[in-house]
Amino acid sequence: MSLLDVSGLTKRFGGLLAVGSLDLSMAKGEMLGLIGPNGAGKTTVFNLLSGFLSPDEGEIRFDGRNVVGLKPHQICRLGMARTFQIVRPFPQLSVVDNVKVAALARHPAMAHALESARAVVERVGLGARAGALAGGLTLADRKRLELARALATEPSLLLLDEVMAGLNATEIEAMVRLVTTINAGGISVLLIEHNMRAVMALSHRIVVLSFGEKISSGTPREVAADRRVIEAYLGEEYVHPPQA
Amino acid sequence: MKLLLLLAVVVLAALPWFVGSYLITVMIFIFFYAYLGQAWNIVGGYAGQLSAGHAAFVGIGGYAAALLSAHAGLSPWLGMWIGGGLAALLGAVIGYLGFRFGLRGFYFVLLTVAFAEICRVIALNVDAVGGALGLYITFTGNPRQFQFQDNRAYYYVALALMLGATAAVRAIETHRFGAYLTAIRQDESACEALGIDTLRVKMQAMVLSSFLTGVGGTFYAFYLFSLQPNAVFGIPLSVEIIIRPIVGGAGTVMGPILGSFILSPLAEISRSYFAQGGWNGLHLIVYGVLLIAVVLFLPQGAYPALRRLLRGRPA
Repeated sequence: MSLLDVSGLTKRFGGLLAVGSLDLSMAKGEMLGLIGPNGAGKTTVFNLLSGFLSPDEGEIRFDGRNVVGLKPHQICRLGMARTFQIVRPFPQLSVVDNVKVAALARHPAMAHALESARAVVERVGLGARAGALAGGLTLADRKRLELARALATEPSLLLLDEVMAGLNATEIEAMVRLVTTINAGGISVLLIEHNMRAVMALSHRIVVLSFGEKISSGTPREVAADRRVIEAYLGEEYVHPPQA
Repeated sequence: MKLLLLLAVVVLAALPWFVGSYLITVMIFIFFYAYLGQAWNIVGGYAGQLSAGHAAFVGIGGYAAALLSAHAGLSPWLGMWIGGGLAALLGAVIGYLGFRFGLRGFYFVLLTVAFAEICRVIALNVDAVGGALGLYITFTGNPRQFQFQDNRAYYYVALALMLGATAAVRAIETHRFGAYLTAIRQDESACEALGIDTLRVKMQAMVLSSFLTGVGGTFYAFYLFSLQPNAVFGIPLSVEIIIRPIVGGAGTVMGPILGSFILSPLAEISRSYFAQGGWNGLHLIVYGVLLIAVVLFLPQGAYPALRRLLRGRPA
């Protein structure tokens, strides 16, 4: 049975078609990469899935339930958690308190939430920074915190919006390992990513968007060889390189 | 710390038997404004929703209790809960309009001020509630009618109000509700993404805050024995309510109390001294200067700064 089923998803901003009749399906345990050039509509898809925007047309079924029209907090409680591309920590709270706020969704008692938050903070490798104020973290640590908060809501599907952006090679490697472990732990992951190496290494399947429409999908190897994808990213002349 | 607090409560409880009536009056104002500040603190401090019209709730609560007492013979001891309930109802209306339609920052401030002004204009023009003359309460000195011969009784009621509200805020802070309020103040969208029903949580804060403020209205009415529309619904009272928690530290348990201990005596002293010298209204300039100083030097208020100071120098 599929965990996520999206059909005919459409969103317009005035005259601009941000997402055009997108079909998407994810199996339980899958890691799906969502890629595409800037402005392709990837983040809009995330906003539609997580309830921050409502679609003009189309259906989103999560775990067999239609979630169109639900509020973000309701969707989160159903088990779909997202991160933000531009991280949004609570700057005046410590790392562990940030995560605790998220854990309270599942553990209403403060002591339980704190316990659960500590475990998640350790899991993402922020244990040494647990008491630090979130406002003072490095970008790499803030990305980890963003991930930790989403994890603390105990999702079955995790939407990760560019968790590698702005990280250096070593940090990316660590983040790839972390996301792999999370997925291995049974959480399905939908991944928006510009770092091709990371997305190719992580994804079981990849969907490519361009100007709001799905232009290709398949295994990382298939997608990388697809001329429509190369055209979208680099322009037509790279599909048929001029003979020397 | 706990011992220190207990000691402070004991000292405050014993105080009226050792000091003169003027100081008792000053202390009553300190407690009462700390109570109002604490009520505001829930929605304005913790949740970060800047209501600048909390006077409306004082007025509604005071008018309700006074009118029920005068026309229905209902004891203000019961009327205060009805007044609080009506204030909470108004708080729910204002909160829903503001939160449901996403009014933030200045726009929410304007909305709350507008509602307080509407209340003021209604009270000024409806003769059934006293109109421009206001309401006067006949003094009977009957404790059942929330009236006391001895100023010390008002002192203890005001002290109980302050301590009760403070205990409530302390309880909020240590539970999920408080954690959610603090998070909402910092980033609402992030809260939604983390499964928090931000509309509901903000509504709860607004209703609780306006209820407590409305309860305070009864004390106001039956301590001063008069309700004047311009005084109880006016912007100056809203400012008095807000300024103490901000100076003391908005979003902290002790902030409103500390703020009231700093500002209420200052207001009282400057009011009486400046007024005697023919300098009416000069205390407002003192407020302004103090507010500017706090914003510049202690943007989080006096209490967080004091706590840092105490922790920074181990005894």
